[in-house]
Amino acid sequence: MADPTVTVNEMKIREVDFNPEFISRMIPRIEWKALYEAALSLDVVGNLSPELITDYEKDEDFLKEAHRVLMEVEVIKGFLICPESGRKFPIENGIPNMLLNEGEVGDGPAQSEALQEDDSMQ
Amino acid sequence: MTSITRMLHTINASFGDIEGKLVGDLGCGCGILTIGAAMLEAGCCVGFDIDEDALSIALENMDEFEIENVDFVNVDLSGDIDYISKWKNNFDTVIMNPPFGTKKNKGIDMTFLKIALDLARTSVYSLHKTSTRDHIQRKSKEWGIKMETVAELRFNLPASYKFHKQKSVDIEVDLLRFSFHEKKNQSGAASSIGR
Repeated sequence: MADPTVTVNEMKIREVDFNPEFISRMIPRIEWKALYEAALSLDVVGNLSPELITDYEKDEDFLKEAHRVLMEVEVIKGFLICPESGRKFPIENGIPNMLLNEGEVGDGPAQSEALQEDDSMQ
Repeated sequence: MTSITRMLHTINASFGDIEGKLVGDLGCGCGILTIGAAMLEAGCCVGFDIDEDALSIALENMDEFEIENVDFVNVDLSGDIDYISKWKNNFDTVIMNPPFGTKKNKGIDMTFLKIALDLARTSVYSLHKTSTRDHIQRKSKEWGIKMETVAELRFNLPASYKFHKQKSVDIEVDLLRFSFHEKKNQSGAASSIGR
């Protein structure tokens, strides 16, 4: 197994109404591999399929597992780990803290370009 | 509070942009809009804010209203563009009450708006001072975005900074709806917030 992308000290399973059409529409917006790896890290894989199956829209079991992992598994306390930098982002009370520290802000061109455009009303 | 409820009802009833949708709230604060959208049967709502104290209150509100399909993220939307760009073209709808901007923070409402337009597939609903409507209209045209004024509201804001001279002030606020001329394709529209 690859290095964990999320670690957990406290987890909760919440009950959320299953909406198959909604889940079905969300699946193309997700990096399925990343989701599966997170589920592995949290040991909540269950019957979650490691890969997207064809015609998942019609497969209720598949959708129910996707729903369970996406909507019902909640990390209350733990860390998100960036697979590129290894940087740990703490999760407290179920909320990930993505705030960067002084030295981390400003990745170069992207940041300064966006902030230089002045569309404010003068 | 009632204007917020009416606002959300209008968004849902007139445009169908809440029920069963993935909704984002930029600068969600105590989660009033995020939770409100969830109460109107949104599929899932995600609120983003820089203030962890406000987010603590948002969690309490979630408990009080027994809402489960809402998540919050503590992030600086004006500072860190890398993180939020991961959500590009992910939300069906963005509904927000962005910061209006102070002397030190000019143009932050437009920063939030640009990010919102990148994140949303169908529409962005945003509150802006009526006095800025023409300016925003011009910007929308420039960006190739459709803008309509859905409602005119009046907020009474208490003084919150030392340099505020009045005890409270009434400001006229527009609920604006932004949408796209063409349906966004998988990778999103041409406008980008960074790379």
